Amino acid sequence: MASIQLKDVVKKYGKGKHELQVIHGVSAGIADREFVVIVGPSGCGKSTLLRMVAGLEEISAGEIWIGDRVVNRLEPAERDIAMVFQNYALYPHMSVFDNMAYGLKIKKVPIDEIKARVDKAAGILELGPFLDRKPRQLSGGQRQRVAMGRAIVRQPQVFLFDEPLSNLDAKLRAQTRIEIQKLHRELGITSLFVTHDQVEAMTLAQRMIVMNAGVMEQFGTPEEVYHRPASTFVASFIGSPPMNLLSHAPGSRPGTVMGIRPEHLDVAADGWALQVETTELLGAERLIYGRLGAEQVIVRSEENLAIPEPGSTIHVRPREDRIHWFDGASRKRMP
Amino acid sequence: MVQRTPILDFFTHLILAVGVVVVFFPIYVTFIGSTQTAQEISSSNPISLLPGSNIVESYRFALFGGKTEAGATVAPALPMMGISLASALIIAIGKIAISLLSAFAIVYFRFPAKTLIFWMVFVTLMLPVEVRIVPTYQVISDLKMLNTMSGLTVPLIASATATFLFRQFFLTVPDELVEAARMDGAGPMRFFKDVLLPLSKTSMAALFVIQFIYGWNQYLWPLLVTTEESMYPIVMGIKRLIFGEVYIEWNVVMATAILAMLPPAIVVILMQKWFVKGLVDTEK
Repeated sequence: MASIQLKDVVKKYGKGKHELQVIHGVSAGIADREFVVIVGPSGCGKSTLLRMVAGLEEISAGEIWIGDRVVNRLEPAERDIAMVFQNYALYPHMSVFDNMAYGLKIKKVPIDEIKARVDKAAGILELGPFLDRKPRQLSGGQRQRVAMGRAIVRQPQVFLFDEPLSNLDAKLRAQTRIEIQKLHRELGITSLFVTHDQVEAMTLAQRMIVMNAGVMEQFGTPEEVYHRPASTFVASFIGSPPMNLLSHAPGSRPGTVMGIRPEHLDVAADGWALQVETTELLGAERLIYGRLGAEQVIVRSEENLAIPEPGSTIHVRPREDRIHWFDGASRKRMP
Repeated sequence: MVQRTPILDFFTHLILAVGVVVVFFPIYVTFIGSTQTAQEISSSNPISLLPGSNIVESYRFALFGGKTEAGATVAPALPMMGISLASALIIAIGKIAISLLSAFAIVYFRFPAKTLIFWMVFVTLMLPVEVRIVPTYQVISDLKMLNTMSGLTVPLIASATATFLFRQFFLTVPDELVEAARMDGAGPMRFFKDVLLPLSKTSMAALFVIQFIYGWNQYLWPLLVTTEESMYPIVMGIKRLIFGEVYIEWNVVMATAILAMLPPAIVVILMQKWFVKGLVDTEK
């Protein structure tokens, strides 16, 4: 019904010698009803990719399919999609009801149908009492729900989310995240969600696309991305505190990088000798920052174990089955 | 933080009071003059500051014209006020309509020679009516538009100032709003009508006041373009009442002047309510 296919999608700006390529041939297939998150640091091209799917940016090369149509040349309104923006993009002079109804009005949907759809969306999002208010009379979280309502009433094949939680405070972000999950369970519409926050990615995604500098580094489930990262970038981007990447770990071959997550290093009687620099208590656990030779290592230990003194030496042992190996030159995972 | 002390308050109010007196005094004198008879005005020295009893006569003459006792013919002001009203409205509404569309094109579209056209519009800011008045007269005369309402208004309708004002305002409209409208399927004109116009209401009200007063006060251009009395606006009417050595009916002149000041004052007062409402309504 509504799968999304990205085939060698390229984006370039400018012409001639001022040409700048920002997306380098991304290919991915998103299944119908799937919730896919595009995650990456600022400037990696994730919003550009989303906007190309939306039709707000031209596609320089490659094809984008929505369902069984190539949509490269279609206007956003013709692609049967709906988008939720980071800054909500509500029409300030229209009431909540009119904001949600606008797109349907343009499509000449009959008034009863419009009212039915808006009421249903308002019910799902608990916007009933606010239908007559203007956006300036609503809080940030309410405005974001109206933006989602506007997308729902269009009954599109695909939902596109452009960092919708970035403007909300931490508590609201967590609440809205749960609402988005609930919505996806109820409506089952294929969704593409862009964020720079790896926590949002890990919690919302059925699969995620990790992007870096216009290149898709990995496309997999949160589990795959966390436990089998395809490159050092993915390994250090996903997971907090980040994975330790060591070029000179004991027992490693030259030209390779060893990756081991802080929680997979156990404080023991023997093993690597770590010079402790500082420790941080996070409540349920403790982070130990130490040095192995010239490289920094972070260890996650239980909070009730003895606190190492800065300057002292402790020994840590990596769990053998949790060691990752990456090629030193290509930074890619070695099979 | 500006300190507020009784002394400062007193001085502030004093300065404001002086300002009010300076601005309002001439109007007051004019009004007083319009309530007296011509003889009372020319014979009183210094100018009298108390109202007379001739108010009905003065305004009747001013509005409807006629022959005075001294033998002068006074042209009726009422039709002239109608001309002024019509041309001011046409100019104000025309300016707003044209500059809204120009600003819309400049901000939201790409087209060949866009920069050139933008600068051409900008350059016209340096050409006030007076500079281009002779060639404009030639054109209007050749088009046989002398002594017509269109001849009075059309050359004054294009406005670079208004275009810039709207351009600056449109630039503050967030891009995401345009994208959301595109998502909803709104084409450019639909977006213009449903989103931009409602958001521009305050700017439009502000511009309407300025342009209405501009149009109402036009003197040089109507002077050139009209030769028939039926097409004279009221500002010309005032001047024509003061004609040289013959006995001047000052009370009628004063009355006409007061009449000429009323409509713009009413427009400003009415629009002020709109402004305040628009300012209070600004959204985040």
